Amino acid sequence: MKRQKRRYLALRLDVESAPGDRDFLDAVWSSVTRLVGEVGASLAGLALVRYDIEGKTAILRVNLVAVDNVRAAVAAMTVLGGKAAAVHVVAVSGTIKALLEGLKS
Amino acid sequence: MKRTFADLHLRTNGTDPTQTKKLLDKVFELGYTIVATSFSPQAKPEEIRQLRAACSEVGLDFVSRVDLRPHSQNDLLEMLRRLRRRFEVICVSCESKDVARQAAKDHRVDLLSFPFLDARHRFFDRAEAELASCGNAGFEVDVKPLLVLDGPTRVRFLSSLRREVAVALEFHLPVVVSSGVSEPILLRKPRETAALAGLFGLAGEAALDAVSTNPSELVMRNRGKLSAGFVAPGIRVVKQGENL
Repeated sequence: MKRQKRRYLALRLDVESAPGDRDFLDAVWSSVTRLVGEVGASLAGLALVRYDIEGKTAILRVNLVAVDNVRAAVAAMTVLGGKAAAVHVVAVSGTIKALLEGLKS
Repeated sequence: MKRTFADLHLRTNGTDPTQTKKLLDKVFELGYTIVATSFSPQAKPEEIRQLRAACSEVGLDFVSRVDLRPHSQNDLLEMLRRLRRRFEVICVSCESKDVARQAAKDHRVDLLSFPFLDARHRFFDRAEAELASCGNAGFEVDVKPLLVLDGPTRVRFLSSLRREVAVALEFHLPVVVSSGVSEPILLRKPRETAALAGLFGLAGEAALDAVSTNPSELVMRNRGKLSAGFVAPGIRVVKQGENL
């Protein structure tokens, strides 16, 4: 079977107090499911790679085919942990190393 | 070439300069260069001047825009006569079929928008697009409803948008995607707005054009027309000499 190509999305959470990692991932899953349905969500291959609750940043791993849908779903998120929020995609890359280097520069 | 991103539909509260400043700061932080805020037809030149100054302080290119909600065709024509030279962008919110048709064929109208909640009042069909393709009007979509709606209402809205955007593309109408928001927390980055546009059939470059090239070209074209040297499309005064 051919290996799935993946992309890593660096996210910045614009919210007063960031929720826990599990709550955050649930919120992302929920938004993706509402927007593209369960079949679409199952193709996304979503995984939370890193989560910094204090720095309000996260790194999500998604399948390449679902990058646009996940990006839209993340943009459509307006509430996190019961508070008004926005989640912005800061960078997208094929490897975590390149993503972190891109963020530093 | 680096894209210049534009949000042609911000809603600011003229009575609250602090909130306006926050909104403009956020717009700049998210990567927009050109921003238009909607004024009512009764807006005073002083209000527009103040907002222009606030935008230039932040580093944004301000565009004055008026949103018209005429009740009839005559109402629309009278408003256009009165307001065309005062604003850089004119958007007509089409709440009746007569108004929608008149707005589509009038060269003075820049953007057509339709009420998002009532599917029966969305008059953007093939006839409307054909008329608009002969004029200058583009089709405007606000992404705010995609953020605030949920469930079947959002599904219906997306369905209408997908149909309308397909018609607009078929007739080569410029599609302009704007935010339509008044709170900073609802603002999204240009590429996120483009990703949201992908949900209703604008994919890849077309979605990015809808937040950059299409609105920028519209603004530049209108600025050219409003400039002192403009005579007619394609003709402008380059230099004035003395009569011999």
